[in-house]
Amino acid sequence: MDQTTSRKSIFTRLSFDFYTLRLFIIALVIFTAFSLLLPGKFFTVRNMQSMAVQLPEFGILAFAIMITMLTGGIDLSIVGTANLSAIVAAMILTGLTGDEGAGMSLAITMPLAMLGALLVASICGLFNGFLVSKVGITPILATLGTGAIYTGLSFVITGGPAITTTQLAFIGNGSLLRVPIPVIVFIFVAIIFVIILNRSVFGFNVYMLGTNPTAALFSGINNDRVLLRTYWLAGLIAGIAGIIFLARTNSAKPDFGASFILLTVLIAILGGVSYTGGFGAVSGLVLAVLSIQFLSTGLNMLMLMWFPSSAAIFFRQFAWGGLLLGVMVLNYYTEKRRDRQPASIQSKDSS
Amino acid sequence: MANEFLNLTGISKSFAGVHALRNVDFSIERGRIHCLVGENGSGKSTIIKIIAGVYERDSGSIVINGKEFEKLSPIDAIREGIQVIYQDFSLFPNLTVAENIALNQALRDGRRFVNWRHVHSIAADALAQIEVDIPLNATVGEMSVANKQLIAIAKALRQQAQLIIMDEPTSALTGREIKVLFSVIRKLQERQSIAFLFVSHKLDEVLEISETTIVIRNGKTVSAGERGEYDGARLIYDMTGHTITEKVYDFEPDLSQPPLIKVENLNAGAALIDINLALRAGEIVGVTGLLGSGRTELALALYGMLPIESGRIYINNKPAVIRSNRDAIAHGIGYVPEDRLSEGLFLEQSIARNVVVRTIDGLRNALGLTIPQKISEQVNQWVNALRIKTPDPALPVKTLSGGNQQRVVLAKWLASNPGIMILNGPTVGVDIGSKDELHDLMKKLAGEGMGLLVISDDIPELLQTCNRVLLMRHGRIVEEIKPKDTNEGELSSKLIKD
Amino acid sequence: MKRLLRRNETLVAITLVILCLVIGFNNPTFFTWGNIFVLLRGSIVTGIFAMGVLIVLISGGIDVSFTAIGIFALYSTVKLFLYFDPNAPIWLGFLIAATIGLGLGLINAFFIARFKLPTLIVTLGTLSMFHGFLLFTIGNRIIRQDIPPSLTAFARATVIQVPQTRGTASLHPAIFLMIAIAIMVWLLLKYTMLGRGIYALGGAPEAAERAGFNVTRIQYFIYGFVGLLSGIAGMTFGALARQANPQDIVGMELNVIAAVVLGGAYLTGGRGTVIGTLLGVALVVIANNSLILIGVPTVWQRVVIGLIILVGTGIPAIQERRAGQRASGLTEM
Repeated sequence: MDQTTSRKSIFTRLSFDFYTLRLFIIALVIFTAFSLLLPGKFFTVRNMQSMAVQLPEFGILAFAIMITMLTGGIDLSIVGTANLSAIVAAMILTGLTGDEGAGMSLAITMPLAMLGALLVASICGLFNGFLVSKVGITPILATLGTGAIYTGLSFVITGGPAITTTQLAFIGNGSLLRVPIPVIVFIFVAIIFVIILNRSVFGFNVYMLGTNPTAALFSGINNDRVLLRTYWLAGLIAGIAGIIFLARTNSAKPDFGASFILLTVLIAILGGVSYTGGFGAVSGLVLAVLSIQFLSTGLNMLMLMWFPSSAAIFFRQFAWGGLLLGVMVLNYYTEKRRDRQPASIQSKDSS
Repeated sequence: MANEFLNLTGISKSFAGVHALRNVDFSIERGRIHCLVGENGSGKSTIIKIIAGVYERDSGSIVINGKEFEKLSPIDAIREGIQVIYQDFSLFPNLTVAENIALNQALRDGRRFVNWRHVHSIAADALAQIEVDIPLNATVGEMSVANKQLIAIAKALRQQAQLIIMDEPTSALTGREIKVLFSVIRKLQERQSIAFLFVSHKLDEVLEISETTIVIRNGKTVSAGERGEYDGARLIYDMTGHTITEKVYDFEPDLSQPPLIKVENLNAGAALIDINLALRAGEIVGVTGLLGSGRTELALALYGMLPIESGRIYINNKPAVIRSNRDAIAHGIGYVPEDRLSEGLFLEQSIARNVVVRTIDGLRNALGLTIPQKISEQVNQWVNALRIKTPDPALPVKTLSGGNQQRVVLAKWLASNPGIMILNGPTVGVDIGSKDELHDLMKKLAGEGMGLLVISDDIPELLQTCNRVLLMRHGRIVEEIKPKDTNEGELSSKLIKD
Repeated sequence: MKRLLRRNETLVAITLVILCLVIGFNNPTFFTWGNIFVLLRGSIVTGIFAMGVLIVLISGGIDVSFTAIGIFALYSTVKLFLYFDPNAPIWLGFLIAATIGLGLGLINAFFIARFKLPTLIVTLGTLSMFHGFLLFTIGNRIIRQDIPPSLTAFARATVIQVPQTRGTASLHPAIFLMIAIAIMVWLLLKYTMLGRGIYALGGAPEAAERAGFNVTRIQYFIYGFVGLLSGIAGMTFGALARQANPQDIVGMELNVIAAVVLGGAYLTGGRGTVIGTLLGVALVVIANNSLILIGVPTVWQRVVIGLIILVGTGIPAIQERRAGQRASGLTEM
């Protein structure tokens, strides 16, 4: 019995390295392959910059899906929440700032707009949490329903068309110390998640609840509160993503980013988050976000090169679906192989 | 033997080099009630699975109805009339009673369509055979456990059962329900000469119903014999391989000190009626009774997971309000649940996470972040203190044996330093060696000033570890017994009295 | 009686009647034959899809890819018509669409039955795959002007005509297709061992396997059949709308799931009836088409559908919680 304390977490040090390494290699292979296939196009400063500003849009949302999947649930309403928050922010900005609005300065209205967006996102998230924890609706159906409601409210507010405002463009296109601001936000969210999941009691409880809700209850974990906070946090993250949407595209639309649900689920599954709950790490998620961004840009370039028609953009839609299924089938086989391993540990233990 | 239905000779079976069964012999006769008894882990369930054709034997012969089977498949077994009723009954909660009874037969007949009139007549017939009255159109999910079991028996009858094997059939039944079950079984045995094989580790019921008893220990048949050849002491000796040493936990609490917990006139529906009890430092108080007697409900009520309608609870002489298990925990009450796998453990998570789940709140720094160093220290401390056998606490709990898993559950609670521990079935599914060690651990904890409430129907366990035992019946505490003033036979006859 | 009241069907039926009365009193056009026929026509496609989704939910799964299967089948069939014989009869169109649907459904079945993967994630993946494949390789242009004549003829078909103050109200015969499918599904679920196997699988998968049901085969049937129905629904949609737009139908899944959930099907499986689902379809179609008659603007449609899903799942969830508390031994006094 070796009980020397390792530098790595005593909770997870066994499974951690395998997945992270595998994902790191995948990301690296994708990157190298496209660099070779697309000489002078993929591995360029300009492309790196362009990828860096695209990635946070869905990358941030992936954290919202991740935290709900860790509890064994899912949040299908995150895109609806993000758009609704963006619309509220856009309304505050267009309504209060500049000549057409009430004439207030951006220095006042911008924080107000962000606050408004995050407040709306919080309400959306808390409502999801309430339905899942207190009412007891299956997360899939609860968030499918609220997703429709949030998107519907966006349509009700705007009447259909987008609200345009360029006032947050300095965030969407700006950079700090040459790092694009959206990337800084993404890194910030990732760091917060590392702290929450690895070092906070809430994060600990999320893993435990996701593994076995009954045992969590018997161990004195307040399941309802953990779930409420989980969906609240997911909503809040979606709100941040919404602000990024607005800042990047200079408009807030009720039906923006319809493909993001699939994309974020794909990222989570690729990143090693278990759909039954209880397992998944930030490192895996971040590597999965990078892989998907490389794939997205690389495939786009290849498609434009090979099929210079308007249909090329649809290839990605096909590829994401296929990739999701491919990753799950791959996981099926690796898990099958891994399931055979504990037996050897067990027999060693009993001998 | 003309009346022989099934014969096993020299059956051996091993899993990954570990012998589960070694040269098991026994036979089953038509129209007789057999009991297969043995401790947990003795190989009982392996035998059932071999008879049912689920496992393939390594060596030995199986003869059913005079036919020797080289290889016995599950379908062969069913065709020969062997029906196994597992503890989960394999019923469909969303379907009606009638359909549950008739479905398997329809499937076996290769039917493609459902004739509902036929389904109802089949089901009505089957229920008439066992002379019970259950509404055919009710949904099975709404049925009591006892009715589910009768439905499962009816279902087995419809498949021309000649031998019905029941795995721990009474473990979830109340006293009255057990009587109904036994009378149904006796009827079927007499009128249709169906053979029964009960698999059990409960002595009282074995002594009551068994005509032929087969005892196994460590994968070997130890003895087999007729009714009358066995009494409680012989059964225990055969099951465990040693006579029960008369070690009792003779402890007199200090009455000048306030009790750790005192309960006055506690009521909770029909589950708990007028409960009064006190638990003092150093005591190990047993609570026993049949299922439905209120023993588990009492544990859950004290742990805040069963709402109380009236009554008062005092912790250290101070009135306490316990509305949820978090309230109970705040008052220093710990609870080791009955169903360890689903209620006590996070099987896929590491041993470390399981150990600190209760105490993680206290292992934080000023910023509210957990301190990995402190977590490691605590985990290692408890892994060592309770001698949890593992190469690395980062391994998932599911890699541990039953006894070590139970130690993890205990470690989880002990780490939070509770004053009162409620242990519900503390040694269920634990092998004999670990069982003794767990009992010693319980006494040690009591010696350090903890109060323990042990919910159990394992009579030797109660007699050996408790300084007094409370007997429950129909939601009431009916008697307090001192182990030194009683013996196994007396206590077990009191237990089954309804 | 109490039993009857507890059933979801009864609740949905009562809600439906009240909703109809409220709308009808506020706007008498609701009870005209013209409006009723419009509503019936509007419920055909949703109804056919709903029958497929009902079967999936009973078995304990969920399918969100059926809309992509529907549009894939429709668009490909129309393309085939245009390529080989624009004047081919409509029944051939339904046959081809059903076959394409079946094929795509079997792809879902393969991933679900072979690898035991979660149905939501699989069908989320195939939704994107099927739709992406359609748009990328088969076509992304709306076919309207050169739509095959048999579709146009189908769209104009009528069985009952009632003279109105202005023009005539006519009922489209495809409603009988939907009713026929509903009856077939009802018979399948109630009177075949396969149907009982679907309920058994949803109620207790392990017990179903132990009882001797071939669970893999049942799952292949379920997802293949849903694909087949989706192909038919997609074809019906195109034939009624006289166009094949590759961006149509996808997005309708909310309406269909709302209808099925209202009809008493649980995501946890084992429950749900054809009658309940038809009532759910009626409620959803009325909510979509007629709320405007009592002054609810159409932009609120999505919100209403969302609320329907929450109410349809929330009420049974709360009932189940109560039942759970009762089972723990107390309130039954």
